[in-house]
Amino acid sequence: MRKVDVKEITEIIKKLSIEACTVANDSLVESFERSKAKEESPVGKAVFQQLLENVEIARNEATPICQDTGFTVVFMEIGQEVSFTGGLLKDAVNAGVAAGYTEGYLRKSIVKDPITNPVNTGDNTPAILHTDIVAGDKVKITLMPKGGGSENMSRIKMLKPADGVQGIKDFVIETVKSAGGNPCPPIFVGVGVGGTFDYVAYMAKKALLRPIGKRNPDPKIAEYEREWLEEVNNLGIGPAGLGGRITAIDLFIEVYPRHIATFPVAVNIQCHANREKTFIL
Amino acid sequence: MINLNAPLKQEDVKKLKIGDQIYLSGVVYTARDSAHQKLVDLLKAGKELPFDPEGSVIFYVGPSPAKPGQVIGAAGPTTSYRMDPFVIDLMKVGMKGMIGKGPRSAEVKEGLKQYTGVYFGATGGAAALLAKTITEAEVIAFPELGPEAVRRLVVKDMPLIVVSDCQGGDLYEKGVQDYKK
Repeated sequence: MRKVDVKEITEIIKKLSIEACTVANDSLVESFERSKAKEESPVGKAVFQQLLENVEIARNEATPICQDTGFTVVFMEIGQEVSFTGGLLKDAVNAGVAAGYTEGYLRKSIVKDPITNPVNTGDNTPAILHTDIVAGDKVKITLMPKGGGSENMSRIKMLKPADGVQGIKDFVIETVKSAGGNPCPPIFVGVGVGGTFDYVAYMAKKALLRPIGKRNPDPKIAEYEREWLEEVNNLGIGPAGLGGRITAIDLFIEVYPRHIATFPVAVNIQCHANREKTFIL
Repeated sequence: MINLNAPLKQEDVKKLKIGDQIYLSGVVYTARDSAHQKLVDLLKAGKELPFDPEGSVIFYVGPSPAKPGQVIGAAGPTTSYRMDPFVIDLMKVGMKGMIGKGPRSAEVKEGLKQYTGVYFGATGGAAALLAKTITEAEVIAFPELGPEAVRRLVVKDMPLIVVSDCQGGDLYEKGVQDYKK
């Protein structure tokens, strides 16, 4: 067994919180540059120019890329040879989020009781923690601050198996269309298909972590990704929703086996501030 | 690019049309959900607003905390439609401009025609860039609201786009029509 003190986890989460909110990944910046060149609308081009300047300023001044520094979603792949010591893993993750959001001057956007007492928790905790047990003795930690505006435009639907591919596609396009300019386009579209009601939403969120431009290994699914991205961009919503060629920069589909009676589909929309950072321990 | 000063003058607002790219300088006030409710409650009670509404511009924003030495934290626009129910009451007392993101209601667009107003889009999520154009920030009302308190901001060359003008134009509708395939 490899022993890992959870204090290490707290430190890593703290650093990842600040970095994810202030330093855009190179792949994201490059995707803005490519999109700016492709965009035909003058207003759309100006929006891409602003986004490029914005990530540059944020990086240089360690200022958040967006004031909505999100709900902190943490994905952990834990090798089954690892044993955690020194406290509870969940507490360590939350301590890292609290430290990162406080020391990094990030906005705290979480209210405690959603219905009866919506007061701010003051430190952006609790995080949403997804854990997966994998082979080996490493811990892979990915942190994604997820903004509220784009999350609000996300949807889930339990289709009938008879609805088929056309049914999923129509739901995806309709979800992006009705979102319009609200989720801060250019967006990223995460689609989950299969599994259960809860698992399909998890897949849609996890799909957003895939590197920009990387297609699903299944060639048929990869083809749907390309085709639906094109259809989304034909909607004309454009950067900031002001009309243009680029509504979405990429679209990712993740699939899982399904029950013979069900056909769940989830669409998780991510704004252009597609923030995530990973550390392997 | 058009250089524009706030507070806004009627004749300046009349010239603006959808798609115009603006650099805005001058004084703007911040307010979002709770602050709007409080401002309209003051008006309904026959009281004065905490700022002069004549020609005023309201920016829908809840900034992140300022670091030591910073004027303001990241300051991008929030989604505007939530403030739609309060707009007409504020335009009646002289408000002329709004800065936010996302489409407005038919009622708001009608109000822009009737009271000669303008709705500017700031790029959602371009919060570090927009914060750089804010040279002064001071809480002037409702400090208990934290990030939602009303602030008086001085801005210099804030990059904005006219998305709803006083002729009834709406760039969200026209832009999408122009680029739909």
